Amino acid sequence: MYRYDEFDRTFVDQRVAQFRDQVRRRLEGELSEDEFRPLRLMNGLYLQLHAYMLRVAVPYGTLSAAQMRKLAHIARRYDRGYGHFTTRQNIQYNWPKLSETPDLLDELAEVEMHAIQTSGNCIRNVTADQFAGVAADEIEDPRIYAEIIRQWSSLHPEFSFLPRKFKVAVTGATRDRAAVKVHDIGLFIRRNAAGEVGFEVVVGGGQGRTPMIAKTVRSFVEKRHLLSYLEAIMRVYNQFGRRDNKFKARIKILVHEIGIEEFTRRVEAEWAEIRDGVLDLPADEVARIHAYFAPPAYEPEGEAAATLARQRLSDPAFNAWVRSNAVAHKQPGYAIANISLKPEGGVPGDATAEQMDAVADLAEQYSFSEIRVTHEQNLVLPDVRQDALYELWQALDAQGLATPNLNLVTDIIACPGLDYCSLANARSIPIAQRLSRRFADLKRQHDIGELRIKISGCINACGHHHVGHIGILGVDRKGEEYYQITLGGSADEDAAIGKIIGPAFSSAEVVDALEAIVETYLRVRREGERFIDTYGRVGAEPFKEVLYAAA
Amino acid sequence: MITQVVTANRLVDGIVVFLAADGGWSERFDLAAVSRSEEASRRLLGIAEQAEADRVVVAPYLIDVREEDGAVRPVRFREHIRAFGPPVHPQFARPGAGA
Ligand code: SF4
Repeated sequence: MYRYDEFDRTFVDQRVAQFRDQVRRRLEGELSEDEFRPLRLMNGLYLQLHAYMLRVAVPYGTLSAAQMRKLAHIARRYDRGYGHFTTRQNIQYNWPKLSETPDLLDELAEVEMHAIQTSGNCIRNVTADQFAGVAADEIEDPRIYAEIIRQWSSLHPEFSFLPRKFKVAVTGATRDRAAVKVHDIGLFIRRNAAGEVGFEVVVGGGQGRTPMIAKTVRSFVEKRHLLSYLEAIMRVYNQFGRRDNKFKARIKILVHEIGIEEFTRRVEAEWAEIRDGVLDLPADEVARIHAYFAPPAYEPEGEAAATLARQRLSDPAFNAWVRSNAVAHKQPGYAIANISLKPEGGVPGDATAEQMDAVADLAEQYSFSEIRVTHEQNLVLPDVRQDALYELWQALDAQGLATPNLNLVTDIIACPGLDYCSLANARSIPIAQRLSRRFADLKRQHDIGELRIKISGCINACGHHHVGHIGILGVDRKGEEYYQITLGGSADEDAAIGKIIGPAFSSAEVVDALEAIVETYLRVRREGERFIDTYGRVGAEPFKEVLYAAA
Repeated sequence: MITQVVTANRLVDGIVVFLAADGGWSERFDLAAVSRSEEASRRLLGIAEQAEADRVVVAPYLIDVREEDGAVRPVRFREHIRAFGPPVHPQFARPGAGA
């Protein structure tokens, strides 16, 4: 894992000291709320529906066991005993006290964490494939480049006041698990015809009220040019992005308005000025960062696979968990173990302090002390020996963390919605809870197969509803909670924006409507088709018919 | 006819509070001072703005309420959730829902 250098440490410590002073001045009356608000937001502290909310950055979703244990401690000591993992691979605390935030941030800094750039019009926490470094389908570990981008973009003076917030995602795998194409900039690590590794750069993706899929600006950028190319994009955006209208300020609008050809022309012109300059990325610098992400000391495969096969045969419940939650690892004898934070009736993404401590312990015991946070609001132990999965599963089960539903109908993304968010139109979490109860039967879930349901409480789309196979958007109809359903969205390498199926449903109707959609799929699907495949083949009609026929 | 109360967040810990009849701030919605006229609402908001200047609360505003079976209730669902806590976490339910 990456460890802070002198610069990182000094900077984060200084920032906490500054914020401590700012909080003191606020509480003593030297700063008004108008003066203080931008300062607290620069440190990830929002004022939400019920209280302050602190968003802590988890760079590219990677955590050590010690960091997870600290997050548990913070939940217990400074909050109400739990935290909420978000679609940006971060964690949010819903109840911190302003007066205690400086101490909280000091404690975070002890484990090299902070809440900087989790808010505001800057380059936000860079996200990455949660299986980075261990995926069987990976060219290179994307975290190396996510870390390089983090260092380049942290406190970059030119990019601290962008027209709007800016999100970057990186993957090194062929399957996109990081929703790369709905980011302002997305990077796919690619190998060119000559066998060199570089990046396909896509720009202008995003969700919110104007959802768009990113377009390719350059199909191959050499590694050494990564930062100069990104800087060229940022400069074009900074210069031409709209600052007059908040809703038109994201880079996707600029790309859309001037067209990808013109946008590319401007980027290339800018790049011609700065390439081969100070931003050139020397190979030894890449190697230096690479060393932080060196694979752990894997043991020989031995009997691991055979042991696992035997245990699966003897315990059907374990077998079900392995089938859905364990994923192929690049190292023989190892597996990637996914920890679902979507138990039946639970709050997607919530974990108690006890669960966080347990995951930290299990990471130490079974996964070289490493943990990942996924944008789908689950956790991952990336490096588990196949013959240790059985013990791990039993330990997870004791903590309510062994729900075998990865990528299934109850593995639902839900934003905080009106339960916690002051911008919400409607609640998201209770819909997820009701759906998870309705589809609780595991046999049925496996029969339905891969199905991504994503729920947002307003058009800001933090719950990624636009790219759900089935998306649910909360709307306010004369003070009543209503839910608009979209079908056909996708967040992977075949990214697509879902289409609205028809008039919205009341809170009382929406779960039945979802079930009717699923039943229709089961009726019309062909052998081997996932929901999204069937939708692609038959379109919206059969679903519309069952939903609105009576009307 | 207007029926309103003033709400805000307490500066030091962010907790939702209501301006009470005695001019103090209470976590209990049922202790909120109820305004029944524009003039009374203006007066309550004035008190709240002074409290903001005095660093007791942040972001005070008026919310519409209605009287129902002798109890006062927020009109908007959002304000109901704010007053009584997130429905998904009943363990954080706030007192003061009234009769
Ligand atoms: S989508 Fe809307 S309701 Fe949900 S967290 Fe984002 S801003 Fe809040």
